Amino acid sequence: MMACHFLRALFRIQQTSTSSSSSGRSRRIRRAAYASMAYSAGTRRAWSRALLRKLRSRARLRFPRRLSRAATPQRRDMDQAQVLRKLVPGGPSMDDCKLLEETADYIRCLTTQVRLMQTVMDSISS
Amino acid sequence: MSSRRPRSWQPSSASRITDEQINDLVSKLQAVLPEARIRRSDRVSAAKVLQETCNYIRSLHREVDDLSERLSELLASTESSSAQAAIIRSLLM
Repeated sequence: MMACHFLRALFRIQQTSTSSSSSGRSRRIRRAAYASMAYSAGTRRAWSRALLRKLRSRARLRFPRRLSRAATPQRRDMDQAQVLRKLVPGGPSMDDCKLLEETADYIRCLTTQVRLMQTVMDSISS
Repeated sequence: MSSRRPRSWQPSSASRITDEQINDLVSKLQAVLPEARIRRSDRVSAAKVLQETCNYIRSLHREVDDLSERLSELLASTESSSAQAAIIRSLLM
């Protein structure tokens, strides 16, 4: 379950928090968020498999933040599938059908994770 | 939904993807986007759905970043046993 994994990770982070810097702590929390998403979907999904690979390789978890600067208005609809491929873990190796299916699932998982984090926040600050 | 596909669509290696399949998947994607971005009842182009999808994913990534920072600050400023109690409470919700 996503919540269990994330909450256990938060416990660990909280216990070691006096010794780590604040940006280190927030990076660890962010990593725990993506890890709990990936574990909840497990190996059933291409995006979660790609995310698990990234996490295990200890690579930095980065997603593009801005719109691709190369996209001029006329080309925008041609580039959107490519832009999407960069936003979904494992995207570059997916064909169109796969990309659309995986994206819908990835979004559902992301929104669940965000709601979980908001719940924890409300809980701690009350 | 338009039968014209953006030129960047990549064909599947297994078999030819039909426009119908793509349209079906695009409308399923439209269904997971929040109503504020695209109304489910609207017939919009695949390109528009993709664009809104990209915007939505980026905003969700930003929310994860933002919530991570705020949680980090909260954990730092909250006395440890009450933070732990609150974390356990979240589990029970």
